[in-house]
Amino acid sequence: MDLNSFAFYVLATVMIVAALRVITARNPAHAVLFLVLAFFNAGGLWLLLQAEFLAIALIMVYVGAVMVLFLFVVMMLDIDIKRLRRGFWSNMPLAATLGLLLLAEMALVLSTDYFGATAFPDYVQPADYSNTKELGRLLFTDYVYPFELASIILLVAIIVAVVLTLRHRSDVKRLDPAAQIAVKHTDRLRIIQMPAEKEAD
Amino acid sequence: MEQSVLAAFAWFWNLFGWWDALWALVKPVWPVIWIIIKIVAILVPLLLGVAYMTYWERKIIGWMQGRIGPNRVGLWGLLQPFADGIKLFVKEILLPTKADPWLFLLAPVLAIAPALAVWSVVPFFEGGALANLDAGVLYVLAITSVGVYGVIIAGWASNSKYPFLGAMRSAAQMVSYEISMGLALVCVLMVSNSLNLSDIVRAQDHGMFRDWGVKFMSWNWLPLFPMFLVYFISGIAETNRAPFDVVEGESEIVAGHMVEYSGMAFAMFFLAEYANMIFVAAMVSIFFLGGWLSPVSFLPDGILWFFAKMTIFLFTFLWLRATFPRYRYDQIMRLGWKVFVPVCLVWIPLTGIWMMSPFNIWK
Repeated sequence: MDLNSFAFYVLATVMIVAALRVITARNPAHAVLFLVLAFFNAGGLWLLLQAEFLAIALIMVYVGAVMVLFLFVVMMLDIDIKRLRRGFWSNMPLAATLGLLLLAEMALVLSTDYFGATAFPDYVQPADYSNTKELGRLLFTDYVYPFELASIILLVAIIVAVVLTLRHRSDVKRLDPAAQIAVKHTDRLRIIQMPAEKEAD
Repeated sequence: MEQSVLAAFAWFWNLFGWWDALWALVKPVWPVIWIIIKIVAILVPLLLGVAYMTYWERKIIGWMQGRIGPNRVGLWGLLQPFADGIKLFVKEILLPTKADPWLFLLAPVLAIAPALAVWSVVPFFEGGALANLDAGVLYVLAITSVGVYGVIIAGWASNSKYPFLGAMRSAAQMVSYEISMGLALVCVLMVSNSLNLSDIVRAQDHGMFRDWGVKFMSWNWLPLFPMFLVYFISGIAETNRAPFDVVEGESEIVAGHMVEYSGMAFAMFFLAEYANMIFVAAMVSIFFLGGWLSPVSFLPDGILWFFAKMTIFLFTFLWLRATFPRYRYDQIMRLGWKVFVPVCLVWIPLTGIWMMSPFNIWK
């Protein structure tokens, strides 16, 4: 077994175990951390496929930002595990059906000729091949319209999320940083001249 | 470099006449040994730098506040970091009863590991990087963004209120300032046309001012001056240093995520914080101040210039800490989202237009 396949099996094993622990861990914070581990191993697998941009972007976006916010939310939940498990068996048939359906679909897709081991010829990239550059070239030339469209949809989604949750409260005092900076000492301090002692009547 | 190290080894072991036998044994694993030697050559000076950074910080802040600073252990207090280190080493690591034991002990590791791993792509001099990655900038952004997990897990696993508040603050602050850091770097990438840290340094060695002999005028700090400020200030916020140290905020939440930690576990967070400070200084030097390049053409380039530039920024870290009061939390968020992100979003298209115009200086 060469180094590449050894690395593949190590990464894949850890990833599968981590992914299983995501759904079996009792504590949601542990589940999130196992998901982070799974992402790291997925990044490693992509590195083995020489997709270094995707691998690093996965860690940067998912581990570095998305999962941090996830953890932020999950940590603040006050979770009663007993109450969570109460509906387990009543939801089981639906969940199992959906799971089997997904499994069957994936098996159907992956077993076709398009995804077989022989579907992709061994492709040796030239030494100066830069994954990042190639992706950038494709995104901004051949696929520029879909790319821009996707980014506009995301932008709209961000604005919508902000607008939907924006509540203007009128009962709080707000600060105006510009006014704070523009303040002079004469606005805050008044020097009063007065005699030190009261004059005797 | 590899050859001269090998020659030195050969000379040393030949004193005993053992070199040939030894080399026959070592040759198959030499590449691994060579990498380990390079890692040690980076990490040992780094950790020494961290140790003396704590000493220097206390001295500088002492002087700025009209005090003397540490002066008891060794000459001028120079052995103070080692005294502190030994003290922390021999102290017990307390494990709170209600803490999550695994995560509680994992957190310091997760804090220090990215802080050290990220040094593998730093080019100290021409060709002097452990890994000359083509996606070096992405690697730096990815690994530094992982550092926040140490703080968050520490805060959560302690099962205590102040650490938890610290973790929440840290999560929000790190995610916010990463955005402005990344956007500031986009400008640098555009003008250097590369993601490789060495190439980014080399790209700063071109231009009109360089040909006139004043090389420091053609570094990125001048054309990208707003990005230079945004990056450095975001870097201070990312490392949770004053005036952005609400994560620790001793006067508000005792010591944030580190409240429940003692001994070496506490020291790990400390090491990580200082290693990250030194790293931000190194990154600012590479992205905006031409890394190992000499500021004038009559002096040779070299690693000493890189260290000199880092020293300036490290001093600025301490200077800011001694000068400014802590930001209020909402002010931190405002600065990140409402000042830095818009400044970056304006400067990126501006740089693009500049590069497409006839006045492009980066050809």
